[in-house]
Amino acid sequence: MSAPRRRRAFDWSAAVIAALAVTAAVTVYVRDGHERFLAILTDDLGLFGWMLPKVLAGCLIGSFVTLLLPRETIARWVGSESGLAGILFATFAGAIMPGGPFTIYPVAGALLAAGADAGAACAFVIAWTLIGYTRAIVWELPFFGADFVLWRVIFSLPLPILAGLAARAIWQSMARRGDAA
Amino acid sequence: MTLIIDLLLWTIVVALGLAVVARSQSLFVDSLRLAAREFLALLPRIAIGMIGSGFIAEMLPQHLIPSWFGSGTGPWGLVIASVAGALTPGGPVVGFAIAAAALKGGAGAPQVIAYTIAWALFALPRVLIYEIPSMPPRVVWLRVAVSLPLPFLAAWAAMIVGKP
Repeated sequence: MSAPRRRRAFDWSAAVIAALAVTAAVTVYVRDGHERFLAILTDDLGLFGWMLPKVLAGCLIGSFVTLLLPRETIARWVGSESGLAGILFATFAGAIMPGGPFTIYPVAGALLAAGADAGAACAFVIAWTLIGYTRAIVWELPFFGADFVLWRVIFSLPLPILAGLAARAIWQSMARRGDAA
Repeated sequence: MTLIIDLLLWTIVVALGLAVVARSQSLFVDSLRLAAREFLALLPRIAIGMIGSGFIAEMLPQHLIPSWFGSGTGPWGLVIASVAGALTPGGPVVGFAIAAAALKGGAGAPQVIAYTIAWALFALPRVLIYEIPSMPPRVVWLRVAVSLPLPFLAAWAAMIVGKP
């Protein structure tokens, strides 16, 4: 159904993180002793176990949406010819999409493979990042309080739309240059 | 609260799943297989990222950060705050924890907004672990490029409005 995507479990980007993580872990162990090391490890393992179901949910939603929405529908809503409405729609979808990065990126990837354009995908991801309510409520609110978060979100509202329009313009001019070459 | 979001997430999964089953059972099996393949491919990266994030956060000079983006630091403070945000590791809480500490320690609200937005948009581990494997790299770099002005735009709006 969806276009084949290159996907490897371990590549250079994972290697960079692995190297960082191992270096940091060894440093913590040497500097702070094994009790602190174990405390952090337990915390991180807990977090990992806690988010696994969300990762699975993200993969399932991405896979179902790809199968349910015909390519033409996705292309019409959020394709390269969808205009400002397409960017607004992608922004709205990103803002209401529940879950974390482990949910949002697989869905964005699936939409791209199914005919969404780069501008809409960017607006979707940025909207989730900046005005997604799940993140704001669960993580940001306890740290900052409602006033700060509310204003931060208000100032962020136009940003996915601006960035999505810019991304679409850049993508299309790159494509034109690619055609000309 | 997380429980409600989990419920919402899985309600969407079940609703979409039922819609697929209604269309065709073999299609449903196919889509489950596709999802499982994605899940297994993401798993090792996420394990590395999550288990590493706590150690990476522990290495940060967290006490220095507030003095770098105090309310008197102006546009330069915004740049430093944005770069600091981009360099802060992903993980759901690290950036918020540091930003909240900075705010308490006297950092300016626009600087803290720039920091949290930059962290949300650019945290390198998150880009490398989640975004690169899920989307075509060209789109990811485009996404990062068009996001570059956003921390400044939001902070600028905060300065003009004088809130929060």
